[in-house]
Amino acid sequence: MDQLIFFINKVLVAGTVLGSIYALGAIGVTLIFGILRFAHFAHGDMMTMGGFIAFVLAALCAAAGISGPVPTGFIVLPVAMALTAIIALGLDKAFYAPLRKRGAKPVTLLIASIGVTLMIQGLIRLFFGVSTRSFFETEPKKILRFDMSWLGGSRPITFTQPELLMVIVTIVICYALHLFLSRSRLGKAMRAMSDNADLAQVSGINTALVVRVTWIIAGALACCAGTMLALDVSLTPDLAFNIVLPIFAAAIVGGLGQAYGAIAGGFLIGFAETLAVFDWSVLLRPFQQWLPFEITGTISLVPTEYKLTVAFVILVIVLLARPTGIFKGAAT
Amino acid sequence: MSPAVTRALGLYAALVVLIIGVGVGMGIPYTTRMLVEAAAYALIALGLNIQWGYGGLFNFGIMGFLMVGGACVTFISYPINQKFWNSDGPMLLGRALIAAIIGFLLILAARNAHRIGIKGGWKTTLIVIAWAISYVVFRSQIDPATAYIEAQAGFVGGLGLPVVVGWAFGGLVVAGIAWVVGRICLGLRTDYLAIATIGISEIIRALIKNMQWLTRGTLTVSPIRWPVPLPEDYQAKGMDTFSALIYARGGYFLVAGAIVAAVMVLLIRAYGGPWGRMMRAIRDNYIAAGSMGKNVTARQLEVFVLGSILIGIGGGILVSFAQIFDPGSYQPINHTFLIWVMIIVGGAGNNWGALFGAVFIYVVWLLSEPLAQLLFGSISDWSSHVGWGAIPDIESRSLQMRVFVLGLVISIALRYAPRGLIPEVAQTSR
Repeated sequence: MDQLIFFINKVLVAGTVLGSIYALGAIGVTLIFGILRFAHFAHGDMMTMGGFIAFVLAALCAAAGISGPVPTGFIVLPVAMALTAIIALGLDKAFYAPLRKRGAKPVTLLIASIGVTLMIQGLIRLFFGVSTRSFFETEPKKILRFDMSWLGGSRPITFTQPELLMVIVTIVICYALHLFLSRSRLGKAMRAMSDNADLAQVSGINTALVVRVTWIIAGALACCAGTMLALDVSLTPDLAFNIVLPIFAAAIVGGLGQAYGAIAGGFLIGFAETLAVFDWSVLLRPFQQWLPFEITGTISLVPTEYKLTVAFVILVIVLLARPTGIFKGAAT
Repeated sequence: MSPAVTRALGLYAALVVLIIGVGVGMGIPYTTRMLVEAAAYALIALGLNIQWGYGGLFNFGIMGFLMVGGACVTFISYPINQKFWNSDGPMLLGRALIAAIIGFLLILAARNAHRIGIKGGWKTTLIVIAWAISYVVFRSQIDPATAYIEAQAGFVGGLGLPVVVGWAFGGLVVAGIAWVVGRICLGLRTDYLAIATIGISEIIRALIKNMQWLTRGTLTVSPIRWPVPLPEDYQAKGMDTFSALIYARGGYFLVAGAIVAAVMVLLIRAYGGPWGRMMRAIRDNYIAAGSMGKNVTARQLEVFVLGSILIGIGGGILVSFAQIFDPGSYQPINHTFLIWVMIIVGGAGNNWGALFGAVFIYVVWLLSEPLAQLLFGSISDWSSHVGWGAIPDIESRSLQMRVFVLGLVISIALRYAPRGLIPEVAQTSR
């Protein structure tokens, strides 16, 4: 029983949180890809930027003495999301829209997004330096324990309050997005444009509006994901390069252009990474007598420093076996 | 002379003036160092120009390829580590190698299972099982071997061979990696190649940083030899420090410059020849090229591998010049996106443009360090003068400004000069 609780604490909780973060990031990537047809590499930096905006707002709140039952990071999240969405719109206006107007190829837009990445990163480092920051320097992380003694466990199931809130926020956002895409007129227009942009335009859909809404959603979700990542671990300016690979892997695994696929892909990658670096020795020790080898030290599928390879290996397998992703997305 | 040639000549003349200006302002040793590194970057940029300019293929993994080139030249040219060869290390590594071969054969056998009548889902299951067994067998051998080597001998050391062999070996290994990546990703959408190369370069960085038994990881390896005499060798012959430095670096520059010149000649010939025409045809319209009977995917794989060889060699040249291999010093910004800026600003698809872009951007990049510090220092002085106080961490912050400027340059170039300063010349008819 204790082993099971250990497993839940280490894998289920961590995997769900990581999966939520990846899912939120991947939705943005996949939506931008579906509507604008290019891989938006600056998404990782948009997440970092969102995280920093939330950080600044949280610091302002703390200075003003505002506090609530939840961590300040969550209180300021809606404002930060709105700000990031506005910045995302501005980035599109300034850097992507002129290229689109000229009829540039998606490849050019991809390179432009690299330029945007570098600019955002340079600005973040300029203002915040290169040090690591945490949301919980001034307030403690509340830890929730669920006693498991009624099932014969000696240890409780534990997770932190931010972790619980993150999962709740993700579920709410995903459900809201589902309602938006399936019920609202604009959401349907978005899906139509994602399927066939020319046909959508001919049938009277305001494509400029759809593009704007896409950036608003992508920016807001990127901010949410970035803030959550910062709340979960810590906030560093070079978050982006580590996050961009798993997020793109999630979007490709789910099928580029498929919002639901991105959610599935995000959780798949999140759990795969957590399971791969999980130390199995604790779980296997009770079964030592039946095992052909002796358990010494740690047993994990992949050493922790190679966690990044997991997302890549999954990406490669998907590219080889099913290039369109789990949910049929764009391939060629 | 056509206006395009005049323009290119004018730009090159301006570049020469700029370099002479640097020589006057910063001193000869600084300038020779800059020239050697610029030559290495020129080689790397030419490699990317083959991939992106000729073939239209993304490579955002230049940093990883450079690291492999550097690790290879370290491994080949570093003196032999007797401690390792006298220990059980080689034997343990040999066993790991045998385990890897057994695993490889196992996977190969599983892949051919359809010959004995196992098909469909069963074959897939078999392949997955074979991979799992191979992985476990390999890990069971390599883990103790690496732990033993790290504890007993530090790392495997080098082979003590000439540096040039190391450069060639680096090119070869990088070519192998590029071949695998290309096999998987070419033929799919271009974005997939971009993300796959970013992934592979981050993985290579993680591997080289953590494989202490092979590369010594963040403990760094030095000194690495040069293909030409070192400044110390000249000093031993009684030369003073200043001229020894210039002679040694000048010699190194001749070697690196000769490689760049040779590559340049070959590339220009290839570009004008049938091969280059075919490549441009594939890049501009692969459907039409395919219908003319060209094997698009195979040719794209060819350019991807070819460009990667140059990138690997360039990485080797950089590392052996610096004389230290430090995996911690590699950053995507300095080693991947800087090269992209060189190509975009210089002019993709034009070798002269790539060469110009590489040298020009590298000079600007180097100079921007003192310039940024000067600028920020004066802003800080001003702000403390006004009474707002000095900017904290001025040194590190001013350097970060360069990242922003790099991004701005990409954005501006894409918008106002999308074909670069020396654009590709479209040959319509003669």
